[in-house]
Amino acid sequence: MAALRTTSRLFASSKPLFRPAVFARSYATVDAVSQEPNPSETPKIKTFQVYRWNPDQPTEKPKMQSYTLDLNKTGPMMLDALIRIKNEMDPTLTFRRSCREGICGSCAMNIDGVNTLACLCRIPTDTAKESRIYPLPHTYVVKDLVPDLTYFYKQYKSIKPYLQRETKTEDGLEYRQSPEERKKLDGLYECILCACCSTSCPSYWWNSEEYLGPAILLQSYRWLADSRDEKTAERKAALDNSMSVYRCHTILNCSRTCPKGLNPARAIAEIKKMMASH
Amino acid sequence: MARLSGLQREVLSLYRKCLRETRKKPLETRNNFIAYTRAEFRKYATVSKKDFNAIEYLLRKGQRQFEIYSSPGIRNIR
Repeated sequence: MAALRTTSRLFASSKPLFRPAVFARSYATVDAVSQEPNPSETPKIKTFQVYRWNPDQPTEKPKMQSYTLDLNKTGPMMLDALIRIKNEMDPTLTFRRSCREGICGSCAMNIDGVNTLACLCRIPTDTAKESRIYPLPHTYVVKDLVPDLTYFYKQYKSIKPYLQRETKTEDGLEYRQSPEERKKLDGLYECILCACCSTSCPSYWWNSEEYLGPAILLQSYRWLADSRDEKTAERKAALDNSMSVYRCHTILNCSRTCPKGLNPARAIAEIKKMMASH
Repeated sequence: MARLSGLQREVLSLYRKCLRETRKKPLETRNNFIAYTRAEFRKYATVSKKDFNAIEYLLRKGQRQFEIYSSPGIRNIR
């Protein structure tokens, strides 16, 4: 035991010699603390109107609550403002957030009339105008800015969003694709299912029970276009009715609102083309 | 009894559905489930019958609770 301890101590003492570079590195958290906002700047006071509704008092009507923040002390994005409101002013404010960099799709909400991710939306610098923040339109609200996406996920499940294949490759290794085949999936695989596009689509508002909506159809096309998938015919047959696809009337709100810059309308058009040609 | 509105009938049918579901629970704890169901509905008995938004929300919430509690893994409730 004693011998073990001495060796470990030896290792510990020898460590700094081998990696001096590590000690030169500064840490992000330390930087953030030392960076104080410049007090000489004139305060930029902006008002945020946030939708509030508490499920514990179901008889109370939803209301807009206003918060004022100094933009000099706030990060550049809407999510920074919301987090600051929650931390410093009103801990009861409820919203979903996770990655704060537009990769998880949790913070999808309606900001100044546009569905977008709060973490990718800059706070408009015009302090005269107030920003209005609502949950995604035409969704059931769980609380404040949190929408109930259960049915959205159920629809996603219904299109079987996974590789369906019976046969193995000749050599038993992975299913390979040519660069051209892989290229077909660009602009499809980036979708993070934030539901911004589906909830911006008037057709989806009125037919959300049966119409799949742009987000799910984009995913649907992602599997139809995949060269490795062998159930293309079945997938097409499942979509072959008047509601699933054909409630898309090319309103194009989906492509306009997508915070990731994707084009669900094009994917739906491609599905329609595939359905027409077979 | 006066004729019921669609929403009132929905509430009653959810209530009956919940009570019917209690029969699938073990005998020893069945009364707990019945008491819980009644208490949950009683809690909101004061909601105005014109407050459609609140009633519709409570119906959705009730349906969700029903689905959770009807799983056979749940044997008792307090």
